[in-house]
Amino acid sequence: MHTEDISTLLKNHSFLEDLKPEYIDLILSCASNVYFKDGTKIFSEGEEAKKFYLVRTGKVAVEINGREKGSIRILTLGPGQVLGWSWLVSPYLWHFDAYAIDDVRAVALDGECLRNKCEQNHDLGYELLKRFSELLEARLKATRMQLIDVYKKELN
Amino acid sequence: MTLTDETKLLTEESKVTADPMIPSLFTIKKIFWETDDTFTIEIESQDKVPFNFMPGQFNMLYVFGLGESAISICSDPYKNKTISHTIHRVGNVTTKLSQLKKGDTIGLRGPFGSHWDVDKFIGKDVVIIVGGIGLAPLRPAIYSIFRNRKKFNRVIILYGARTALDLLYRVELEQWSKTKNVEILTTIDRGDSSWRGNIGVVTNLFSYIKLDAMNTYSMVCGPEIMMKFSIEELLKRGVAEKNIFLTMERNMKCAIGFCGHCQYSSKFICKDGPVFNYSDIKDIFNIYEV
Repeated sequence: MHTEDISTLLKNHSFLEDLKPEYIDLILSCASNVYFKDGTKIFSEGEEAKKFYLVRTGKVAVEINGREKGSIRILTLGPGQVLGWSWLVSPYLWHFDAYAIDDVRAVALDGECLRNKCEQNHDLGYELLKRFSELLEARLKATRMQLIDVYKKELN
Repeated sequence: MTLTDETKLLTEESKVTADPMIPSLFTIKKIFWETDDTFTIEIESQDKVPFNFMPGQFNMLYVFGLGESAISICSDPYKNKTISHTIHRVGNVTTKLSQLKKGDTIGLRGPFGSHWDVDKFIGKDVVIIVGGIGLAPLRPAIYSIFRNRKKFNRVIILYGARTALDLLYRVELEQWSKTKNVEILTTIDRGDSSWRGNIGVVTNLFSYIKLDAMNTYSMVCGPEIMMKFSIEELLKRGVAEKNIFLTMERNMKCAIGFCGHCQYSSKFICKDGPVFNYSDIKDIFNIYEV
């Protein structure tokens, strides 16, 4: 795929909505177009988090290995959503497993490449950090809601 | 005549008893389990009086010798020969109701309370956000919209349940989703690898839809904390407070605003609610002690 096509994919993804064109140009060299066939393991807990993914089509399942409890699927992500933030936080290791549960098309962004860009251009770094902070806040709120187990009603 | 006028007129004509404190007798026509702890009963007046109601209203169902429970009506408001209630088995009354059989008799007072005024949404997009058994009180409003489908613009239903086995009305959801200009997205809080659908809280589903905020009305029903987060998402996306409606739940006893059991600050849920416009209760909605 040509770089101008990836540029369009980046601009069209809701996570990067309204990002200044010069920032898109800056991160373009860190981006690649990827495809995962249904059933592919995208990453595993403990591995180095080299990338994150802007999901374009299909569905990804995020699972945590509960050891004796087995794998627990905690979240699914689809078009317009972001898979992975561990590339941003040292020691850059995945905390979960991720599987394609559909044929998935995404734009992958190289974490190290992006961190270097952010070091060189703090405005870009701040802009991305704001977006990731919102994402993390939303994930944290969602996890809390799941913990509350709102729909469960005990028999009185 | 609008949908509301039509149903309101019928409702006024069909008050089953003159005294709202005296139950009328109803026969169970059908009773079946929707999930392992939620069941639906279809009942018919023993006086053979048609039972008309507005979407969102509730009845007090009486198990003789045990007590009453406030239950929302979940059937089609245009079908008034029988009415249905989907009930979560959580206490003594609802457990006893779940054990009744076809042909048994229960008492009923109602219908009570405010309603989903779907006429307000004519020509607009309608976003319905439901969690758990919250789909039941909204089902009559959904029936009303689908019966007059052309009068409304897009219809979006975001539905969250605890597990895949807790999803209600699956057959209808499937049928509704085939209707033009209707989007139905479901998600569950807990799933395993056998579930191919969405996992995560209902607010996650917002990232899959695009709202035309200026032309959107929303109805929200579910546990309060779920409604709080859902309303936050609607507001964040620019939907006006006055365009958001929700239904509240408290311990209803008399159902006519006398006893005060369901008092919610200056309001009574049974009389002023259960359906409220968000802008009317926003100051108390976020105070969980109320």
